Amino acid sequence: MRREIPLLITGIVGVVFVISYFIPHFPFNMMDGWFSDWFSIIQACAIVLGALNLLLISSQKIIRRKTDWGYSIVVMATFFLMIIAGFSGGVEFRGPDTTFTWLYNFTFMPLSSTMYAILAFFVASASYRAFRARNAEATLLLGAAFFVMIGRVPIGDLITGFMPEGARLSDLTGWIMDYPQTAGQRAIMIGIALGLVSTSLRVILGIERSHLGGDS
Amino acid sequence: MDHFGIWLAAFLTLGIYSFLYRDNAWYKLSESIFIGISAGYWVVILFWDNFYAKFWLQRQDDPMLWVGAALGFLMLLRLIPKIGWIARWPLAFIDGATAGLWGMNFLASNIMVQTKATIMPLMGPAFSGSIGDLLSNLVLVGGTFCGLIYFFFSKEHKGAFGNAARVGIWTIMITFGAMFGYTVMSRMSLLIGRIDFLFRDWLGLLK
Repeated sequence: MRREIPLLITGIVGVVFVISYFIPHFPFNMMDGWFSDWFSIIQACAIVLGALNLLLISSQKIIRRKTDWGYSIVVMATFFLMIIAGFSGGVEFRGPDTTFTWLYNFTFMPLSSTMYAILAFFVASASYRAFRARNAEATLLLGAAFFVMIGRVPIGDLITGFMPEGARLSDLTGWIMDYPQTAGQRAIMIGIALGLVSTSLRVILGIERSHLGGDS
Repeated sequence: MDHFGIWLAAFLTLGIYSFLYRDNAWYKLSESIFIGISAGYWVVILFWDNFYAKFWLQRQDDPMLWVGAALGFLMLLRLIPKIGWIARWPLAFIDGATAGLWGMNFLASNIMVQTKATIMPLMGPAFSGSIGDLLSNLVLVGGTFCGLIYFFFSKEHKGAFGNAARVGIWTIMITFGAMFGYTVMSRMSLLIGRIDFLFRDWLGLLK
């Protein structure tokens, strides 16, 4: 019961999506539509589950006075602030003058872009420590990274400005990105896709069951 | 209000950057605000875009949507340990949908389309480029083929097969290097954006 029903659900849903890809007609197109809508609804509930979990962990941390429990208060307060801003405005919560948009523009957006931007420093320091031209493969990696980086900034073309059009650093970068990079990317993409298709079939057919966890 | 917003954004931006010195209270505060705000943001977005738009507005026209809502509710039972196992049903649905949908999409876009795009003319009436184009096309076709050979582990990488796999690893190394360089530059561009914000919008030093 605890394993059989989930296996049956996975199998039916997976098979319907596979069939509807090849036969987009009644009844498969109708079932495909239902399942897609259910998927979106479950997704919304899953984020609620995640949020409740976050609140549960944060409140436990506050109650038990664990290390840095004060920050959990900030997490909960800002969470509720965003929730209130998002729901008090109704359907028009995305309007230009709403509190939700203000919070998005002045907190969410700067914080998320700074979080990504800070990685520039860590990537630079990691590459300084890890990049060594020890062998042919490492040299190719280093060379490709170097040319792509220098070819994407104005100084790249400034250094090779005396060379004819088509032979400058930005052109070399373009060639690396269009040909060898695309070739490697395609090999990786095709490899991943073959693995994903075979794993999908294993999941749909019930051969792969590890995602269902234990018996409890 | 926008003036206060700019000061708040600058405070949070500098708070995140303060981590470059070391872990500190300012960073932890900014990080906690980010966690709370982003969790709230996604709950609001998914509620209005998914739950409200796809279920609440259409629940009377399409009774089948209630099944989706029921599965969504079952997902929340995960929080009750005794009956938490029921949450496997919606999870099984997600697994099946992801396997079916993504399996087919990857088969079409990443295998069929990419393979078709790699079969390029190297000679004959269909090819009208220069010697340089021919060499570039050869790099693309040969690189993809050798890269795939490298990922084929059912045969030992020896002899001609091993040589092709070696060319494959060279291609993949160039790809990793290029992807690394590209990622660094995109992060740099975000960094420039934040510095531009601090100097232009906050301090007003740039016009």
